[in-house]
Amino acid sequence: MNCQEAQHLMHGYMDGELDLLSNLHIEEHIGSCHPCALAYQNQQALKDAMSDGSLYFNAPANLQRRVRSLVREADKKRRGQSAWSWRWLAAGASLALFAIIIGVLVLGQSGANNDELLAQEVISSHVRSLMANHLTDVPSSDQHTVKPWFDGKLDYSPTVTDLGAQGFSLVGGRLDYLGNRAVAALVYQRRQHYINLFIWPAMGDASGQNKMAVRQGYNLIHWNRAGMTYWAVSDLNISELQEFAQDLQNQK
Amino acid sequence: MKEDNKLPNFEKAVLPHLDAAYNLARWLVRNDADAEDVVQEATLRAYKFFGGYRGGDGRAWLLTIVRNTCYTWLQQNRAHEPATDFDEETHGVENVTPETILLGSVDRQMLKDALEELPVEFREAVILRELEGLSYKEIASVINVPVGTVMSRLARARKRLQLRLSGKEVSS
Repeated sequence: MNCQEAQHLMHGYMDGELDLLSNLHIEEHIGSCHPCALAYQNQQALKDAMSDGSLYFNAPANLQRRVRSLVREADKKRRGQSAWSWRWLAAGASLALFAIIIGVLVLGQSGANNDELLAQEVISSHVRSLMANHLTDVPSSDQHTVKPWFDGKLDYSPTVTDLGAQGFSLVGGRLDYLGNRAVAALVYQRRQHYINLFIWPAMGDASGQNKMAVRQGYNLIHWNRAGMTYWAVSDLNISELQEFAQDLQNQK
Repeated sequence: MKEDNKLPNFEKAVLPHLDAAYNLARWLVRNDADAEDVVQEATLRAYKFFGGYRGGDGRAWLLTIVRNTCYTWLQQNRAHEPATDFDEETHGVENVTPETILLGSVDRQMLKDALEELPVEFREAVILRELEGLSYKEIASVINVPVGTVMSRLARARKRLQLRLSGKEVSS
């Protein structure tokens, strides 16, 4: 190593950013080269002088206050705007709900089967949960918080699975009412899409394939497993919703 | 809901770093009032784009935005200042002769002046390293250059400071 290289690399050395071998080379050079040792000492003194805090400009208190209150204002404004768009969404959702009711009536007359009625209920419940701003009763991404919350509220204990690692973050849980009974609703999120997962004890023989359906632009997947019935509903695209169902089924 | 947590999350991840934001801005624009304006603007921008924050070090994330806001401000307000010659490739050639003056007790005012005179690309590297204590990797991400460039800039900046403090003319 020549002096030019040494006086360049000594900066990385001083900052603790070199690999072990380069460190050894630098130490060896400085140990045997007086000018470079001097240069290193000077640089170290300079570094110490700069990093002792005397050159640091702290933010003035009035700036801190101003910035914090401006951010809060910006947040209020944002909420105002989003409340406005919520109203439109709510209006749209009411229309969707109306369409669903009509659909249920028509289908009911034409003798739709039980699953079909449930699918409609599941969608209504999903829409309602987003519309009424009542997505969760227990907002938590911790499965060990959500699961015990259902204790005493249901006559069964739903399995709560954390799928954060798979990209479906748990948002929380909610008590809902479907098919004439109280059911557990777990809420997951991927990007801006919410997924409602409804769980209750299955009737009859409980196993079999995933059933998929699309209703009013929502995707539904339904399956039975280990004595429980599962319904997942979301505006998420069907392949990602399938992935979600698959991840859940792989957990146990 | 996630959106509802935007404000508390921002207050937790970003706002504790206002001192770092102001320190960087103050060293880049070199004036109290202008630094305050820049920090205010940068923080509001950070809030607006907080959706793009993917966790990790909130300080480095905020400093990146502050730094970009500073550069925009400098372009608009100090465009008349001469651009520095900037030669990334030929680093470390300025001086390999023995230093004769030991910086035993460095005069703070002289040091402050010397730092303010550094070209802004050198200055920001020194501030982020010595005053903020960021790693080369973090600095590289804030100023958007490769890690190797960070060390070159620091080496050149420190040599300039050394020369300036030992009373020699800095040839740029």
